[in-house]
Amino acid sequence: MREFDLVIVGGGPAGMAAAISARENGLENIVILERDSELGGILNQCIHNGFGLHTFKEELTGPEYAERYAEKVIAMGIPYETDTMVLNISKDRVVTLLSKGRGVEDIRAKSVILAMGCRERPRGALNIPGYRPQGVYTAGTAQKLVNCEGYLPGKEVVILGSGDIGLIMARRMTLEGAHVAAVAELMPYSSGLKRNIVQCLDDYGIPLLLSHTVVDIKGKEKLEGVVIAQVDEKKAPIAGTEQFYPCDTLLLSCGLIPENELSKNCGVDIDPRTNGPLVDEGLETSIDGVFACGNVLHVHDLVDFVSEESARAGASAADFVKRGGTADSTEPVKVIPQNGVRYTVPSKIHTAELTGDVHIRFRVTGVFKDCSIVVKAGENELLRRKSRILVPSEMQDIIIRQDKLADVSEDICVEIEEV
Amino acid sequence: MYDVIIIGGGVTGCAAAAELAKYQLDVCLVEKESDVCEGTSKANSAIVHAGFDAEPDTLKAKLNVRGNAMIAELSDKLDFAFKNNGAMVLCFEEERLTDLKNLREKGEKNGVAGLEILSGDEARAREPRLSKEVKYALYAPTSGIVCPFEMTLAFAENAYANGVEFRLSTEVTAIEKNSEGWKVTTDKGEILGRYIFNCAGVYADKIAEMANAGDFRIIPRKGEYMLMDKDAGETVSHTIFQLPTKMGKGVLVTPTVHGNLLVGPTAEDIDDKENTSTTAGGFAEIRAKSALSVEGLPFGKVITGFTGLRAVGDTNDFIINEGAEGFFNAAGIESPGLTSAPAIAEMLREMLSKKTDLTPKTDHIDTREGVVHFAELSREEQNALIAKDPTYGNIVCRCETITEGEIRDAINRPLGAVTLDGVKRRTRAGMGRCQAGFCSPKTILLLAEKLGCGIGGVRKTGREEVQKDA
Repeated sequence: MREFDLVIVGGGPAGMAAAISARENGLENIVILERDSELGGILNQCIHNGFGLHTFKEELTGPEYAERYAEKVIAMGIPYETDTMVLNISKDRVVTLLSKGRGVEDIRAKSVILAMGCRERPRGALNIPGYRPQGVYTAGTAQKLVNCEGYLPGKEVVILGSGDIGLIMARRMTLEGAHVAAVAELMPYSSGLKRNIVQCLDDYGIPLLLSHTVVDIKGKEKLEGVVIAQVDEKKAPIAGTEQFYPCDTLLLSCGLIPENELSKNCGVDIDPRTNGPLVDEGLETSIDGVFACGNVLHVHDLVDFVSEESARAGASAADFVKRGGTADSTEPVKVIPQNGVRYTVPSKIHTAELTGDVHIRFRVTGVFKDCSIVVKAGENELLRRKSRILVPSEMQDIIIRQDKLADVSEDICVEIEEV
Repeated sequence: MYDVIIIGGGVTGCAAAAELAKYQLDVCLVEKESDVCEGTSKANSAIVHAGFDAEPDTLKAKLNVRGNAMIAELSDKLDFAFKNNGAMVLCFEEERLTDLKNLREKGEKNGVAGLEILSGDEARAREPRLSKEVKYALYAPTSGIVCPFEMTLAFAENAYANGVEFRLSTEVTAIEKNSEGWKVTTDKGEILGRYIFNCAGVYADKIAEMANAGDFRIIPRKGEYMLMDKDAGETVSHTIFQLPTKMGKGVLVTPTVHGNLLVGPTAEDIDDKENTSTTAGGFAEIRAKSALSVEGLPFGKVITGFTGLRAVGDTNDFIINEGAEGFFNAAGIESPGLTSAPAIAEMLREMLSKKTDLTPKTDHIDTREGVVHFAELSREEQNALIAKDPTYGNIVCRCETITEGEIRDAINRPLGAVTLDGVKRRTRAGMGRCQAGFCSPKTILLLAEKLGCGIGGVRKTGREEVQKDA
């Protein structure tokens, strides 16, 4: 059986950044396993620009951003195996993989980093009534067809959900010659980044219908149109507001789901709020030596944040292996999301064995204006940061200094204080 | 000139084709869609009913019980998924125990073995997630679950292997009696046959009418369903029915043979024989009614909803008769039609044997091998397969672990898939939690390669001819 210090499941931005960091932190015997034919993950189909502003201080396209990391992986001589699907990860870190060349094979890992990314919420999970014709795609599937296969699925488009991929695809389909009639969003606010609304909708005169949803899909074999209705504050369609939009394409951008089937089978505890693993400050899951980063951990809006987070996972895995694979010996304190905070990553911190400052990432539950992010351990305020506006579509990243945490033994609460 | 023309490529028509293919007969099956299993057979509860529901001495009762007894062996020989998981009918009111007892009695008259009435606690001991409101349950050990796509395809492929000719994408437009038998006019020309089997599902009344071979009506009864992720597949292990309640006819909660959880159906008589749309009201009804059986079903794990149309006749029973000289109806095949299909096929063959001598073939093939299910093989079998054909080492559908080899087989085999849905029914590619988001671009390319068309020529479903324009 082949043996590795670190097996990284997924060769997208998370997996590559984790691998580079693990190598920089002294791990030699690493392998990246990638199910696609090349490294890069979903970035390979994201041919628009806007990637890398934080990491490289310049605007790159998705493939360019991926290439920077892939080149580094190759330059550092980190082994990677493409067209390789991981079928199972056991609790004792035996990884079962499948490839044309090697068939089904078990390999043994001293540590594992989960970097499988996420998938899109499909039509069925949204319970949209109507027929099931050709012409209904998730935005990412359409992106793959347009950008990688050179095929435009339709000419008259409606988009449900204002997630970033949907917004990007509104622009993409327009540039490719299709007409995008509207983007309908169930919530009273967009789930996409502000800059994408401006650059992908406003610039092309595409209406964003907030508090609207698709209530019927027409056309038995091929999509003929959708009915869009306004919804009330309970998100129930309001009778009488229905409007028919003839279209041959309906794109869905209604949320991303971390792809944790391997994690669950391995026994990793999952946070029902993120659908990603529960992790500590080093991004270690409930299984010793198994770490998670990127969109499999929680859905990010910026790849730059994925890379940064994944580098921390890589360093933690290297540290775990160098310590001889021993588990943390102290009890962690919990990190509890409160008023206005939907979740936090991490969900626990080993305050007694910190080796650096701690990032806490989270999303808010709604739109907050002129507020403060407050982090407390009992009465002890660890951080207070004012903010003009916080929206659910933008992940927050705060850093708590190591010296502030060292003596903390009470649970840590993260909350939003409105002025 | 065929001996028999079968109209309809659903489970009834395909089972009849497989049955007739055992004899020295020239048989042709005509189907308006581009694939078999495109109507009622593809959208139903997928239950192998025990047979306690039908009124004694009806065709439904006899053919259900007979079909139930046949399916285990057929699933083995023809390679389709079947599991004998048992069923329970739940009773929520003390005073309705009589109804449950009547059901048992009816079942016993029908010849259903092993029926047993359980107390609520006994039922919950066997099925722990059942609601506290369950007072009694009728337990039916012979009930099962099946893959309706595979079952229909298995009959079709076996019939094909034994010489039945399939004319797909061929719609019957007129039927005339002539001196030798029947002339069937289709959108692809005329077909002559001595006998006709009308297995046309919700259209069986229209087909009979064309031949002046019956004045029954088929009313499509809409049934909406919700299907949940395999994560939820172990919520119950039995098929859970309900006695009718104040809310009307109940819905079932059942595992599927592939480990998902299926909830539904609603029941609404409609006019439109093509209306397979789902509705917000249907979904709401399913949620409300199923909560009686199992509280807190994880509706957040729904991966798709769909609608099937039961072909309900106006006689309260299956309509299986010789509607005109040499024209046999198998109509009104609503529930338990899937279970009964092999028995209906036997009955049709029996009726035909009274008209013409049937000579068994000496070279009949009574087995069929379906598309391999890579994920279900042992490690050794998987590696042997990859060594022989490396495309089995390439996963296309990650949710269901379906390989390129399986998809190529589904496309290339006789009566192979020509649409995305056809691939899905044969392999399960796209049937998982991402609902084809990741695999469809890859499957489209494999189909386009086989069909010799561009991406735009690959259809999700439907009856059109392959367009080679894109």
